[in-house]
Amino acid sequence: MKIGAPKETAPGEARVALTPESAGRLQKLGYECIVESGAGTAASITDEAFEAAGVEVVASAADLWKNADVIVKVREPSAEELDAAPDGKTLIGFVWPASNEALLEKMNAKHMTVLAMDMVPRISRAQKMDALSSMANIAGYRAVVEAGNNFGRFFMGQMTAAGKVPPARVLVVGAGVAGLSAIGTSVALGAITMAFDVRPEVAEQIESMGAEFVFLDFDDDNSDDSGQTDGAETGGYAAPSSPEFREKQLEKFRELAPDVDIVITTALIPNRPAPELWTEDMVEAMKPGSVIVDLAAERGGNCTLTKADEKIVTDNDVTIIGYTDFPSRMATQSSNLYASNIRHMIDDLTPEKDGTPVIDMDDDVIRGTLVAHEGEITWPPPAPKVKAIAAAKPKKKEPEETAGEKAAREASELRKSLNRTGLMLIMGGLLCLGLGYVAPPSFMQHFIVFVLSVFVGYHVIWGVAHSLHTPLMAITNAISSIIIVGALLQVVSGSSLVMIVAAASILMASVNIFGGFLVTRRMLAMFQRS
Amino acid sequence: MSEGLITAAYVVAAVLFILALGGLSNQEKAKRAIWYGIVGMALAVAATIGTPGVGQYGLIAAMIVIGGIIGWVVANRVQMTQMPELVAGFHSLVGLAAVFIGINADLEMTRALAAQDAGTTAELAGFAATIAKKSAVELSILKVELFLGILIGAITFTGSIIAYGKLAGKLSSAALTLPGRHALNLIALIACLVLGYLYLGGAGVWTMIAVAIIAGLIGCHLILAIGGADMPVVVSMLNSYSGWAAAAIGFTLGNDLLIVTGALVGSSGAILSYIMCKGMNRSFVSVILGGWGGETQSAAAVDGEMIAADADAVASAVADADSVIIVPGYGMAVAQAQASVSALTKQLRDQGKSVRFAIHPVAGRLPGHMNVLLAEAKVPYDIVLEMEEINADFPSTDVVIVIGANDIVNPAAQDDPGSPIAGMPVLEVWKSRQVFVCKRGRGTGYSGIENPLFFKDNTRMFYGDAKASMDALLRELG
Repeated sequence: MKIGAPKETAPGEARVALTPESAGRLQKLGYECIVESGAGTAASITDEAFEAAGVEVVASAADLWKNADVIVKVREPSAEELDAAPDGKTLIGFVWPASNEALLEKMNAKHMTVLAMDMVPRISRAQKMDALSSMANIAGYRAVVEAGNNFGRFFMGQMTAAGKVPPARVLVVGAGVAGLSAIGTSVALGAITMAFDVRPEVAEQIESMGAEFVFLDFDDDNSDDSGQTDGAETGGYAAPSSPEFREKQLEKFRELAPDVDIVITTALIPNRPAPELWTEDMVEAMKPGSVIVDLAAERGGNCTLTKADEKIVTDNDVTIIGYTDFPSRMATQSSNLYASNIRHMIDDLTPEKDGTPVIDMDDDVIRGTLVAHEGEITWPPPAPKVKAIAAAKPKKKEPEETAGEKAAREASELRKSLNRTGLMLIMGGLLCLGLGYVAPPSFMQHFIVFVLSVFVGYHVIWGVAHSLHTPLMAITNAISSIIIVGALLQVVSGSSLVMIVAAASILMASVNIFGGFLVTRRMLAMFQRS
Repeated sequence: MSEGLITAAYVVAAVLFILALGGLSNQEKAKRAIWYGIVGMALAVAATIGTPGVGQYGLIAAMIVIGGIIGWVVANRVQMTQMPELVAGFHSLVGLAAVFIGINADLEMTRALAAQDAGTTAELAGFAATIAKKSAVELSILKVELFLGILIGAITFTGSIIAYGKLAGKLSSAALTLPGRHALNLIALIACLVLGYLYLGGAGVWTMIAVAIIAGLIGCHLILAIGGADMPVVVSMLNSYSGWAAAAIGFTLGNDLLIVTGALVGSSGAILSYIMCKGMNRSFVSVILGGWGGETQSAAAVDGEMIAADADAVASAVADADSVIIVPGYGMAVAQAQASVSALTKQLRDQGKSVRFAIHPVAGRLPGHMNVLLAEAKVPYDIVLEMEEINADFPSTDVVIVIGANDIVNPAAQDDPGSPIAGMPVLEVWKSRQVFVCKRGRGTGYSGIENPLFFKDNTRMFYGDAKASMDALLRELG
């Protein structure tokens, strides 16, 4: 079958859903790939590059829609594109079925099979095709770069010959994929980075990236131990918070506003307008030259003053960036990642690797992504069987022991071990005395040798390297055949039975001596330094 | 040779044995240390043959030559993966030799006593002559030592044979759990003690033969009841027993060299068993008394899914990584994958990546088994590290490849107090950025314990035979 990527028609859209690299992988799955001429130009991918990867380049969108069986796109198709499209095609791309019902109806009327990349369930297995995450990752990175571009100082603090440069202070609100990516980029640039999220379970992730988690001290009846809510129940996304909690949160932001130089807001709640978190008075409280990047601008913005798709400068010289096309601004990177996500999706659709997509309704990922199939709208999908994130287990707090307690514990442990040693010495001594009482002196002489040998053995063996334990076993095996000495002493005897048995013992012990030493030598010779 | 010279030779031999064991503290010294052992043994045997009263030189030479040839052939033919069964097999020989020498000693004693009664002690030669000079108390002590030597020797003999069978795959490695098995062992042991008491009271050699047979049964049953994963402990325990048997025979014969050497070997095996038990966080008694899996404890169920990865995905992750740690387990030995692993290591190191190996104390079926296999495949020993040396490095590692290991990388040992392996020290592979687990299938592996590692977000399952998988990975990287 043929997979085709048309040129995106939405204004300003620079991404493309197929790259020469992903085309190569798709060909391995048994597909042929075609692309509309000029589809990759905005993402710096020439038609020649496509041709070199074995992709057929066709002149017009109409040709492409006609020839391809599976259409891969970035944006949802426009009404005009759909009108011109032939019936019965398979479409993979962002669809946003919740806000595009009319479009969905229209595609269904054309008997299209539609897989919405924005509907990929957030489970581990589907991470490789989670296009929202890849795009959010890019947006988070780009947000920091945009902020830096509009910010008049260094990110990293420096001591220069001319004097001290303070580091920039960055606050990231919302630690989803975009937020974490922004945190990582900002930390890498050397800024002091703080981050806030309503889900306490991400605190660990924030701290692991080198940022400081802004913690709210808040008690609420709805949640068990802190006001910050648990994201595990909502498929890994944040849920709306209570008014009291919101107040507390805003209070904290108000306190932080005069100190931060850059604010990056990424807070989104599924299927709702973006929560308003950075109010006008906070903007006013910020220092001149500060920058706000609002990644939620498309849904109304987290900052009250944000204007979608625009960069504005307030009266107190705070820049507010409300672009909504961050991924498209890095079209080469985002095309690569998006094409890769699509490629993984098609990989899952083609279990036989024979170039024929199979819609498996029992597969959670495919079922979740499928929004229209065989003349039926299949959205919304049933709840997936696998939960997005395992429920966070309540953390047990172990009481910290004070220095005094620690000293006392160590002292008591030492006393215990000394007591144990003492007890064993007394017991051992008594046993020896008892033995000495009954046994003749000739036995006791041998006994001394025995006890001392055990002690020598104990100390010598602890010094053996762990990696040489197998050679140790082989060599002890060989020397334990010293028992041959016993057999040698017995071999001369008046009784022939004794002689035969002794001879057999000599035989067995010699097998062991030669075998043991040889195999040890073989092993030791193998150990080589690099 | 005079008595003094012989004793001097024995002292030198004993010192050489101690040096041989002490030399194993480091790989380079060890290559010389083995010669101390060989020279010590040659000296001891030569001195003994030179002892007044020892004769039958032709017979001795024949036996040593035949035994030497057999040993030579076996040692040269054995594969490094078969080391555990070889060691177990050799132990059985020491055990049997101890039983034979013990019974011989009794026969000689009977003869010596008969000669004493008849007043013909002057005609006795060799060992019987020594016995004839002993007092009554010394004879009782001799009998106790003899009894111990035969008891331990017989347990070592049959136990080692069973261990050999299990390790060589000739017997099922699952734990045999007979009803009332502890009671059976106890009854058998009491029977041995009763027979020993009768023997002290003057009953004949039949009691010792009966002890040998009953102790042999104990040895069989004891080892049959121990599961395959506990084999490292069993083999080192048998190693220890073979030493104690030699020491007991040394007491019987009044030979200090035997006592010293037996004590060295005995304590060596005991320490190895202790290290292995610690590696599994189990007490020695619980390992010896019984099979794992007999009692099924309720471990927390794991939810989530195992995600498979193909060679392609593993190769791209490894190609991007700067630091790689490989964790080998028994599965690598079974699949004979060490050569492929070594080739992979070489290729990655040539690309300038840091590649290291993490060895858990109980990985494999013999203490230090993995080290020997990797050494055989020419992996340099300075990148093969112990658990304590490497555990702290996992968080800063890009990719961990687990090959045929399961329990030693099970996070349940730390997180889940209900798990049968709770508290066992494990390699913390899950703290690294990405873990690939190379495994034959979805099963829970040897011990039957569910492994939450396989369900972690940063874990991918790389299914297939370890050798085939490593070769596929090499092709992808090449």
